[in-house]
Amino acid sequence: MTMMQPFDLAVRTHGATVLRVCRAVLGPGPDAEDAWQETFLSALRSWPDLEDGTNLEAWLVRVAGRRCVDVLRARGRQPVPVEQLPEPVVAATAERLGDAEVWAAVAALPERQRLAIAYHYLGGLPHVQTARLIGGTPEAVRRSAADGLRTLRRTYGAEDGHGRTDGST
Amino acid sequence: MNTITDPGDLPTPAEAPGGLPGWPDEGTERVSLAALRRRLARGAEAEGLLGVAYREVDSPVGRLLLAATERGLVRVAFEREGFEAVLAALAQRITPRVLEAPDRLDAAARELEEYFAGRRRAFTLPLDLALSTGFRRSVQQRLPEIGYGRTMSYRRLAELLDRPTAVRAVGTACATNPLPLVVPCHRVVRSDGGLGGYLGGVEAKGLLLELEQHREAA
Repeated sequence: MTMMQPFDLAVRTHGATVLRVCRAVLGPGPDAEDAWQETFLSALRSWPDLEDGTNLEAWLVRVAGRRCVDVLRARGRQPVPVEQLPEPVVAATAERLGDAEVWAAVAALPERQRLAIAYHYLGGLPHVQTARLIGGTPEAVRRSAADGLRTLRRTYGAEDGHGRTDGST
Repeated sequence: MNTITDPGDLPTPAEAPGGLPGWPDEGTERVSLAALRRRLARGAEAEGLLGVAYREVDSPVGRLLLAATERGLVRVAFEREGFEAVLAALAQRITPRVLEAPDRLDAAARELEEYFAGRRRAFTLPLDLALSTGFRRSVQQRLPEIGYGRTMSYRRLAELLDRPTAVRAVGTACATNPLPLVVPCHRVVRSDGGLGGYLGGVEAKGLLLELEQHREAA
């Protein structure tokens, strides 16, 4: 049985997740939006041939992963350009940080950590599948995701006086 | 770190980065998603990947779903039919390459608006009759001959089609018209003066006939 569901349903259900993944990999902005567009266009191309019962989110995140790699290759550089590292936020105790700062912090992570976090936490892929996308062993991918998340927690954990060093919880 | 333990577990995106302030805000994401979906629809159209385009419009008989293939308008649906079910049926019967793509339905939306405002008596849209076959199709093809503001009985229509005993089949053909409003099945009524059934509800049928008779008299 091949796919007989309206493609639109996949866009409505998984569009936001794919956008989060593209933004985490490429930084927020036109590149991520281009990758989102290319992801859904190529998904639409293969849609009628897709096996019914496929895990759509995982499939779309894998497609997004490939499109993001294309964009990274096309730009000819690996890490996302971050003009400035996120400054320690002083007065943002109660206030939420702006999107831009979070994305900048994500973008500032080493590439493998960033990809591991994007595909696993934002895209919901098991580490095994992330490893197939970005290379390496699932165990190494799991460690990269853990390291990246720890760095993010540190970046935001220490600025408001409630910070805790890792392992103290 | 205690959040990542099992490589096979699938944390939901919402809970995964727990404790991180400022995780991207759903609201701003929705705004850009709407823009991205419009761009996707245009990209799909440009690449010939837009099998069925749909959009929703408001009308005096409730919200309507309009759907078109490259050949023309293929479906007009009333809200009571359930839009999700209608889209699923289109995916099954025509192609699963179904996308919300308002541009392709601009003309249809405009003509319907003019019709409801009483400024249009006949539709000039290209139609795709892919959803009707056989006798039903030949019935539906005759319906536009019933003039604006007029009615015809199921029996009379059966006679015109040289199938005088097929009154029930004519009724079924009207009830399964995939293009209501544009193909005016609402102008077919019972010989005893009753309105008969209507996919959009008997009230909607009455409202349409009233609109047309009022305009016809004006």
